[in-house]
Amino acid sequence: MPQATVVESHPLDQIIRSDRMPHIWCPGCGIGIAMRCYAAAILESGIPVENHIVVSGIGCTGRVAGYMYLDSYHSTHGRAIPFATGVKLANPDLMVTVFSGDGDLAAIGGNHLIHAARRNIDIKVVCVNNFNYGMTGGQVGPTTPYTAKGTTAPYGNPEQPFNLPSLVGASGANYVSRWTTLHVRQLKQDILASFTRPGFSFIEVLSPCPIGFGKSNNIPDGLDEMELYRQRCVLIDNGEVDLDVLSIDLREDKPIYIGEFVARDRPIFQCVQVDR
Amino acid sequence: MSAPRVHTGKFFMHGDYACAEGALAAGCDFFAGYPITPSTEIAEHLSYRMPQIGGTFIQMEDELASIAAIIGASAAGARSMTATSGPGLSLMMENLGLAVMLETPCVIIDIQRGSPSTGLPTMAGQSDVMQAQWGSHGDYEIVAYAPSSPQEIFDLTVLAFNVADRFRTPVILLGDEVIGHMMERVVIPNEDEIMHWERKRPKSPPGNNGNYKAFLPDDDDLVPPMAHAGEGYRVHFTGLTHDEQGYPAMDADTHHKLVTRLIDKIRSNADQIIRTEEYFLDDAEIVVISYGCTARSARRAVREAREQGIKVGMLRLISIWPFPEQMIKALGEQANAFIVAEMNLGQIRREVERFVSQPVIGVHHAGGAMIPPEPILKEIVNCQLKTGEKPWPKVMILRSD
Repeated sequence: MPQATVVESHPLDQIIRSDRMPHIWCPGCGIGIAMRCYAAAILESGIPVENHIVVSGIGCTGRVAGYMYLDSYHSTHGRAIPFATGVKLANPDLMVTVFSGDGDLAAIGGNHLIHAARRNIDIKVVCVNNFNYGMTGGQVGPTTPYTAKGTTAPYGNPEQPFNLPSLVGASGANYVSRWTTLHVRQLKQDILASFTRPGFSFIEVLSPCPIGFGKSNNIPDGLDEMELYRQRCVLIDNGEVDLDVLSIDLREDKPIYIGEFVARDRPIFQCVQVDR
Repeated sequence: MSAPRVHTGKFFMHGDYACAEGALAAGCDFFAGYPITPSTEIAEHLSYRMPQIGGTFIQMEDELASIAAIIGASAAGARSMTATSGPGLSLMMENLGLAVMLETPCVIIDIQRGSPSTGLPTMAGQSDVMQAQWGSHGDYEIVAYAPSSPQEIFDLTVLAFNVADRFRTPVILLGDEVIGHMMERVVIPNEDEIMHWERKRPKSPPGNNGNYKAFLPDDDDLVPPMAHAGEGYRVHFTGLTHDEQGYPAMDADTHHKLVTRLIDKIRSNADQIIRTEEYFLDDAEIVVISYGCTARSARRAVREAREQGIKVGMLRLISIWPFPEQMIKALGEQANAFIVAEMNLGQIRREVERFVSQPVIGVHHAGGAMIPPEPILKEIVNCQLKTGEKPWPKVMILRSD
C-alpha cells in the first residue's frame, strides 16, 4: 500500500494561492484539472502574470478565481462576463479570462453569454460543464440531459438541454471548442492559444461531478466518467462540424465530439473613438 | 473639432445632459447602460461625448450587465457610471450590494419615474428613495443625492464621483423626471475649479513581501486603499464575507466585523458626505422638509407663507442618505411642527418621524405630476392655525385630485 506524502511545494505554487488549499472540490471532481490547465497556460503564455485577470461567477467553478494567484474577482451569480467586460474595456492591455460553470454562464448568465459572443468582445471564457448545479447539491440545470435525474428532477429532467457550442457559435463568437478533463494537454494548449486569438473565445470543458450528477445517473465515480470520455470522445480536427450534433448525453452510447468547432475572424468589439 | 472633457461655459441645458457633462467633468471615463425613460438622454449624450475624450461607452444587454460592467471597470481603475430609472434600478440591486461588499467606487444615476413596476415611464416620481437604501439584501449604508435643478444635477454628479472614490462606495444620484427633462441655466466651471477627491491607493509597491491588504483600512476613516486589476498586487475581490486580505472567511465574527465596518465607514464620515440647504430656518417654528423637484414647490410655498408672516422655513435634503438625523433632531428643539413634501406616499416622512416628537404632516402624491406649491402652503397655514392647540391631531394629507 503506497503511503501518502505531504509535499513541500508544487510546480504551480507561483500561480496558485497555495495558502487557500485544501480546495472545496469533491473527490473525483474535474474542476481542479481544468484550473491546472489554465494555470499552466498562464505560465507558458509569456504574458506578464500581472496582466492576467480571472473573473468568476458563483458555483463550484466560480471558486477558481479564489484559488488563482492573480488579480482575481469572484463576482455575482451569472455576471462574470459583464464584470469581465468592464475590466477589459477599462484596461485593454489586460488578458481577461472568465472561468465559471455551465449553470452560472448558461442559465442565470445566459443573456450575457450570447451578447458577449455577439459583440465578440476580446475575453476568454472557460466553461466547466458538469451537467448540473454541483454547489447546491445536484439540481438539474441548462445542460442536464433530457430525462436525466437531479435533486429537483427526481422523475427525470423534463427539459431539453442547451448545446453550448452551438449556442455560442450561433451567437457570433470568434472561437468555440470543447475538451474534457481527460484531455489535459489539448485543453492547456487551447487555453494558451486563446490568449493569442482576438475576440470572444469559448472553451467548454466537460467535467465529472460524481457527487452532484453522477450519483443520480449511474456514473458514481469520477474515474467512471473519465473512462466514458476515453471511450466515446471523437476529435473534430478539420474544423468542419455540424453544430447540431454536439449535444451530449453521457448515459447514451453516442460519440462525444471534441475539438475546435468555430474559428473565424469577425470584427471584435472596440470602443468608438473619434479624432479629437 | 474642439471637444474638451470639461465644457466650461454658461448654457441653457437639459438636466440629463447636465448629468452627463457633470460625469465627464468629474473624470468619468467609463459608461455602461441600457436605454430607459427618462434617463436615456444621459446614455445618448455620453455615446456622443465619450469617444471625444477617449473614454468608453458601451450599451449593455440589460441593467444587470450594466452595473456589473461598471464595477469591473472600476476594479480596473476607471471612474465608472451607469444611468437608469426605477425598473432598471430594481434589476441592479444585487450588484449594488456587490459594489458595497467589494468597496468598489461607482456612480448609479436613477432618474425616477412614477412607480412601482413599469408605472409612468415619462412622468416623474420620487418613490425609489427607500429602495436606494434598502433595496439590496443585507445591512449596508448607501450614499444618495437628490438634485433640484439641472445645475445641481451637474454639481451633484461631480460630488457623487468624488464621494464614491474617497470612501470606496457606490453612490446613487436620485434624480427625477422633472429635473432630468428640465431645461435651465447651467454654469460649468473651469476644469481647475472642478472638485477632485482621490481614490486612496496602496502606499507600498506590489510584491511578495508587500503587506498590502485590499480590505484593511490604513486609517481611522475605515477606508482601505484600493489596488487595481493589472497592477501586480494580485488582489482577490469576492462578494463572499472576506477577511482583510479579501479571502473568503465563513465565520460569524469576521462577518459581523466586516458588515459593521462597511456601515461605520459611511456613518463616521457622514459630515463629509451630507449636504443640505437651509431656507428661512433661523426662527422657523414650522419646518418644511423636501428634496428634488418637490423642493422647488416647497420653496415657493415657504416664501409665500413668510409673506403672510408665518414663521416657516425649509430644510432641503441635497443628500438623502446617509439621513441627516442630527440636523433633524436639532430642528426638533426649535420647531412646533414638521411638514414633509415628497412625490411618494411617505418614505422620508416616516424617517423624519423617527427623530422628532413633534407632529409630522405629509404632503404626498404617488407620482406623475409635480406637487404644486398650493397644498404645501395650505398645510403650512393649517399648522400655523393649530400651533398651541393640544392634543395635536396627527394627520397625513393625501391629495386625491
